[in-house]
Amino acid sequence: MMNDTVIAQLKDIVGEANVLTDKADLVTYSYDATADLPSRMPDVIVLPATTAEVRHIVLIAKKNKLAVYPRGAGTNLSGGTIPLQRGIVLSFQRMDRILEVDPENLTATVQAGVVIQALNDAVAPYGLMYPPDPGTVTTATMGGSVAECAGGLRGLKYGVTKHYVLGMEVVLASGEVFRFGGKTVKNVTAYDFASLFVGSEGTLGIITQITVKLVPPPQYRKAMLATFQRLEDAGNTVTGIIKAHIIPATLEIMDRVTIQTVENYAKVGLPTDAEALLLIEVDGGSQDLVDAEAEAVLKVIVEHGGKVRLAQSEVERDRIWTARRAALPALAQVSPTTILEDATVPRNRIADMLVAVQDIARRYRLRIGTFGHAGDGNLHPTILTDVRNAEEMERVHRAVDEIFATALRLGGTLSGEHGIGLAKMKYLGDELNGSGLNLMRCLKDALDPDSILNPAKMVPLKRSL
Amino acid sequence: MNTALFDSLDGVADALSRCMKCGNCMAVCPVYLTEKREASYARGKLAIAEAVLRGDLRLDDESVQEKLFNCIVCTSCMQSCPCGVDVSGIVIALRAALARGNGLPAIKKLIFRTLRNPPLFNRLMKTGASLQGLGLRRIPGDAGYELRFNVGLLAKRIFPGLAATPFREQAPERISFHKPRATAAFFTGCTFNYIFPGVAWDVVQVLVENDVEIVIPAGQQCCGIALLAHGDVEGARDLARKNLDIMDTCGADHIVTACGSCGESWQHGFPNLLADDPVYGPMADFWKSRTFDISTFLTEVVPFRKPEGRIAATVTYHDSCHLKKVMKVFAEPRTILQSIPGVTLKEMARPDACCGSGGSYTITHPETSAGISGRKIADLLRTGADEVVTGCPGCMMQISEGLSRAKQTMAAGHYISLLARSYREAG
Repeated sequence: MMNDTVIAQLKDIVGEANVLTDKADLVTYSYDATADLPSRMPDVIVLPATTAEVRHIVLIAKKNKLAVYPRGAGTNLSGGTIPLQRGIVLSFQRMDRILEVDPENLTATVQAGVVIQALNDAVAPYGLMYPPDPGTVTTATMGGSVAECAGGLRGLKYGVTKHYVLGMEVVLASGEVFRFGGKTVKNVTAYDFASLFVGSEGTLGIITQITVKLVPPPQYRKAMLATFQRLEDAGNTVTGIIKAHIIPATLEIMDRVTIQTVENYAKVGLPTDAEALLLIEVDGGSQDLVDAEAEAVLKVIVEHGGKVRLAQSEVERDRIWTARRAALPALAQVSPTTILEDATVPRNRIADMLVAVQDIARRYRLRIGTFGHAGDGNLHPTILTDVRNAEEMERVHRAVDEIFATALRLGGTLSGEHGIGLAKMKYLGDELNGSGLNLMRCLKDALDPDSILNPAKMVPLKRSL
Repeated sequence: MNTALFDSLDGVADALSRCMKCGNCMAVCPVYLTEKREASYARGKLAIAEAVLRGDLRLDDESVQEKLFNCIVCTSCMQSCPCGVDVSGIVIALRAALARGNGLPAIKKLIFRTLRNPPLFNRLMKTGASLQGLGLRRIPGDAGYELRFNVGLLAKRIFPGLAATPFREQAPERISFHKPRATAAFFTGCTFNYIFPGVAWDVVQVLVENDVEIVIPAGQQCCGIALLAHGDVEGARDLARKNLDIMDTCGADHIVTACGSCGESWQHGFPNLLADDPVYGPMADFWKSRTFDISTFLTEVVPFRKPEGRIAATVTYHDSCHLKKVMKVFAEPRTILQSIPGVTLKEMARPDACCGSGGSYTITHPETSAGISGRKIADLLRTGADEVVTGCPGCMMQISEGLSRAKQTMAAGHYISLLARSYREAG
């Protein structure tokens, strides 16, 4: 139970200024970036500065059986940080120190609240980069993106967050501080704890420090824009490129609705009569290599009836990526509510998925723009709607159900990069079955027996099983 | 921004519905970057506004008010908002509702009444100028004054000095030429008039050098942006009408400003405030497109004569929020600086990051403002520049104060002063 004693104890730990209880403050931590979900005010927000403070807060929560909701920037798209059972929001916004950049081991160690872009800015002078680049790279925190296993535009060649985490410091629900991994490239000591905590969405432990791998950025690159008159041709081109053993750094798609909306919004000269676009970049360590890859990609595009334009300058390249980055903002301008999904399928089924989404949009009379990381099989069907229109929202929910069912039918998964959180919990059994849900329950019970860590997210509560 | 937002909360719900809570605004909000609180930046403030409209929060709740006023209205968030949410319109609409509901706090009322009463304002500023030596101590360099005695909150502030004679009392109402290239009215704004008359004279000199006939109507008043920002919509409207009356009859073809806030008022504030006014609305629209920052005027309306006087200096330029983000003026001052022989322009990191001034924000929120200023000062010192210039007197004061705190002897200037100096050096 939350009471004045608890508040006073929290103030003792982090100082009065870093404990927020004003109702107006509570409102501002009651939601995250996910549309169409319930919001709930926490009892209190605590902003610690050190791991020791986090530990003390967890001990208080444990003693008083209070929910603890770790929160970075609150930019996730699965409702993962909404404090559904009130309790304590543990904000990492002040824990934003880059503890070390190690150019000899190509690693960096950061506190959980460091913004991804800030890490990239700090390692750039060493000629290094941290590749995971979710759309929220300028706001999202390392802790949040590790807890959600964020992806981004470079996933195809460079992988996603889980491929870069070497070690962590985690505060467990027991109040113990657990450190594992470090700067070694290899490490098979005991279980693969990184895999346990990356993507755990704050349900198994509270990430306070992370050591990540850095890489030198590619020196050469070539971007191109391919235009298709049939959606299937674009999808088959994606499969064709992968099948030809070319791994572009980025291989993105936009459907007709997205193309037209982006052009209307950003005026970057996209062909508005096209049915689909592929935006592609190959990169590498030498010009010859990059030229050869670009040539091979070009061949596949032409074979599938696409027209291609190579970026002739940095300005043209920037224009292509400006168009891609404008996709979500442009779609978001169209209507008050933007529902962004991230169903993901094997890459050879991308054409089927694209066509299925178009069909769903037609049948449910909805406006859906689809774009996304085609090379990863990771699409973002984006439904343009208005939560104030109950009748339409009913159709939206049925369409979303069907999008997920389709992804699973095609051998895909519910979420490529946004996570389960609150938004997709009800579909979890469809992918993992009873045995999967039981395993999750076992893990959760073992690590967090009192269910105080981000309760009612990802792992269904006991009584609802 | 539209008048419906200013006058009632009805339009606010629609404006709010555009926000998708993506949080992009967090990355650029100077207040958030200092305080690290959700309520510091736009997404949180909009959520509070939604809660107020839903009835979950009360507008007269002290904590709600405190959060609504903890915004510089620098519009940085609006530049990176993917959904085009009118954040400043919403914030001002709520402040206006507050002002209508339980009125402005007494001290603000007093200040604003003074701003609306030019003779009283003038008398106060002159009295202040003659008395400032008593309570204030001049700081080495040109940063201004600090208090001689410790007076609570204000103890650590550095105050700019007040001019003994305001600019408009020193300057003639008209400077004529036989064959002028254009006739421009100089809307001086309060800060140049009372605090930086030297810069105002530099504006005059540059216009003279370019054969521009100048009108400086003595009756011009405060642009009213401070009133509007605090929700005193009627007060701001009153000033807008008076300024329109004066400028409309002074015989100028253009209005020239050297302050982002004044220019913004003419280009956006007045037309928005008076959109439903049958007489003044069209008048405000007429002057909207004829008002220019002095840099735009010199590059687009009356191309300026190339300066020949040499100023051997590395200069860094700070983008005023209202100049860049609202008036979209950022290339022109740089063009002017780069035209000066001997001047090397060296950009600081994040030249358009807010300096934390925000007019009265620096006084009402000294700690956050100082935090914001600290980042700006670090960025500009890292360039190693000999001079820092900007296009807004508010930024000049704030940056000069920050430099002084950082034990620097340099003070921030206005870019137009460098151009004037180059003309003078050439003789």
